[in-house]
Amino acid sequence: MKYVDEFRDPQKANFLLAEIDKLVPKIRSKLGRPIYIMEVCGGHTHAIFKYGIETMLPDGIELVHGPGCPVCVLPMGRVDDCVALAEMPGVIFTTFGDAMRVPGSQKSLLQAKAEGADVRMVYSPLDALELARENPDRQVIFFGLGFETTMPSTALTILQADEEGIGNFSLFCNHITIIPTIKAILDSPELQLDGFLGPGHVSMVIGTAPYDFIAQRYQRPVVVAGFEPLDVLHSLWMVLKQIAEERVEIENQYNRIVPDAGNEEALDAVGKVFELREFFEWRGLGSIDHSGVRIREPYAKYDAEKRFSVPAIRIADPKSCQCGEVLKGVIKPRDCKVFGKACTPEAPLGALMVSSEGACAAHYQFGDVEKIDRSGAA
Amino acid sequence: MGKINVATVTLAHGGGGKAMRDLIDDVFVRVFDNELLAPLEDQARFALTDLSSHGDRLAFTTDSYVVDPLVFPGGDIGKLAVCGTINDLAVGGARPLYLSCSVVIEEGVQVDTLRQIASSMAAAAADAGVSIVTGDTKVVGRGACDKLFINTAGVGVIRKGLDLGAHRATPDDAVLVNGLLGDHGAAILNARGDMALTTPIESDCAALNGLIDTIIDAVPETRFLRDATRGGVATVLNEIAQASQVGIEIFEDETPIREEVKGFCEILGLDPLYLANEGKVVCVVPNAQTDAALAAMAEHPLGVGAARIGHVTQERAGRVIMQTTFGGRRVVDMLVGEQLPRIC
Repeated sequence: MKYVDEFRDPQKANFLLAEIDKLVPKIRSKLGRPIYIMEVCGGHTHAIFKYGIETMLPDGIELVHGPGCPVCVLPMGRVDDCVALAEMPGVIFTTFGDAMRVPGSQKSLLQAKAEGADVRMVYSPLDALELARENPDRQVIFFGLGFETTMPSTALTILQADEEGIGNFSLFCNHITIIPTIKAILDSPELQLDGFLGPGHVSMVIGTAPYDFIAQRYQRPVVVAGFEPLDVLHSLWMVLKQIAEERVEIENQYNRIVPDAGNEEALDAVGKVFELREFFEWRGLGSIDHSGVRIREPYAKYDAEKRFSVPAIRIADPKSCQCGEVLKGVIKPRDCKVFGKACTPEAPLGALMVSSEGACAAHYQFGDVEKIDRSGAA
Repeated sequence: MGKINVATVTLAHGGGGKAMRDLIDDVFVRVFDNELLAPLEDQARFALTDLSSHGDRLAFTTDSYVVDPLVFPGGDIGKLAVCGTINDLAVGGARPLYLSCSVVIEEGVQVDTLRQIASSMAAAAADAGVSIVTGDTKVVGRGACDKLFINTAGVGVIRKGLDLGAHRATPDDAVLVNGLLGDHGAAILNARGDMALTTPIESDCAALNGLIDTIIDAVPETRFLRDATRGGVATVLNEIAQASQVGIEIFEDETPIREEVKGFCEILGLDPLYLANEGKVVCVVPNAQTDAALAAMAEHPLGVGAARIGHVTQERAGRVIMQTTFGGRRVVDMLVGEQLPRIC
């Protein structure tokens, strides 16, 4: 495809791999253990599996698939709230496609739809607003989900609804923020991470400065990375180079898209509509302070949580799940007790099995070719 | 022969009386027009000798067709219902001969829409050399079905000595397809209009019996054929790998996919290997016959883009692995549920 193929060029990949091959053994022998690098963002996890990048890397470097899959980290209680809202008479409940399958404690939105709830898949919150215009006698609720990547479009939709005075539109806000989450991972006592691939699309909005503390306080290098396979390899090489040269910096590999200062207009819209919650519950990681946002008071009438009553019951993660340990890089997906047995993409128990961007689902679906080769069977 | 004088189908057309007879005569029988259908008995009758001249075993299949929208770029539900059942017979090595056509119509459907769909069924059947010899019509109330559902069953005869099956794949066999993958799935998603993309992607809907005859004539040792419909090529490959307890390795850069379909999938976060096809067949042939099979396909209009996408391996029994153009390898697993667009 035009404009994209150049970022998927196998020759350039070989060049980068040769450089990575040179760095890895040196760093590994210095550390006395494998190098662990976390890609924070689910988009990177998806790319890594789609292109088989892990199968190209030399021994001695391990990728840890981080928490940046908004669909995966949504707690069951919030899904139950979605289902309750969707099942209210007169409601059209709108959602991004991949959130349809996330299991609640009783059912997913897909099941609620099958049982008669009017749940519709949209590609943008603006599609939901359009539905509200077309159906003035119905209540249209948009299931706002995602990190800073999707937050601005939701904020702008609220501002648009407010400007037009559309009264039958509201937002069930589950937007979350990435920085407190990275911090929670860095504060974990079992932590074993040597560097990060920073999220590209989040950074397009927030810029690169918010990551400074990772280098300054935690002494770990970060490279903000793009999503094409060459971007991922290039960024890995940049992180390894920092480690080899004993630098800890925030570098921006994705500067064709990510301005260091972020996107001021997007941040303005977000700041106008949203404020930080005191804490927000994550699947697999528990409650993290200041990790979610809610709608500010002036726009309260668009807040589905205030407008309608939701059960808001906290549902604990299943005990057998080791999602938290996978997220922190303490264990690999396949080392989890329930992986592929009690927990599969058809019937996910844990957060990371839910979406194809989740570490466990990606391992299950796209597989770990080397692992299959080693065990010699399916 | 009865004639229908209204623009819209109502419950009266399902009542068993004159209105129903008029609908059947005017919309279906008139265009399906053949000797076996003409007596309009409750069943079509044909001589066993007519069948046995084609081979020594019967093949019998049925499929129901539900698609939204009814008419899409490259075809409509009628063409789909005829070609799909023909293909299900042909991939078993059968010569498709007779089809049934059973329709469930939601009241309120335009008679002109029905005419268009019946005509395209008749045209697709005539092109493929099969006859629609029996049928049924039901009309249901609004909301009881989505505009129009069609079921077609088909009878064909399998030529003597031929044994095709998913269990017959053997290590080193070649895996071939007859052209660009994913067009139908992308065309339908695009035609639903949610994405408002103006990309002209047409369904590949086609009857494959002619092409399949050509393949079997050229390579009688062909091991397996399957049309890669729902679940796409990825699903068919997994079925082969599991049934034969072999591995399958495919190569991304040998797998023919239209640029527009790649772009479409890129935007929605879909994988074209899982998109439905309605005119694509996966063939497994002994590796030594690869060139013969590809050459035979290339001579047929439906095989112009034929390609060898991979091969059967001893290792990794039951799994399908793809060598990516970028240089890595990944597992191509069975799809879980439906493909859903990704959030970001």
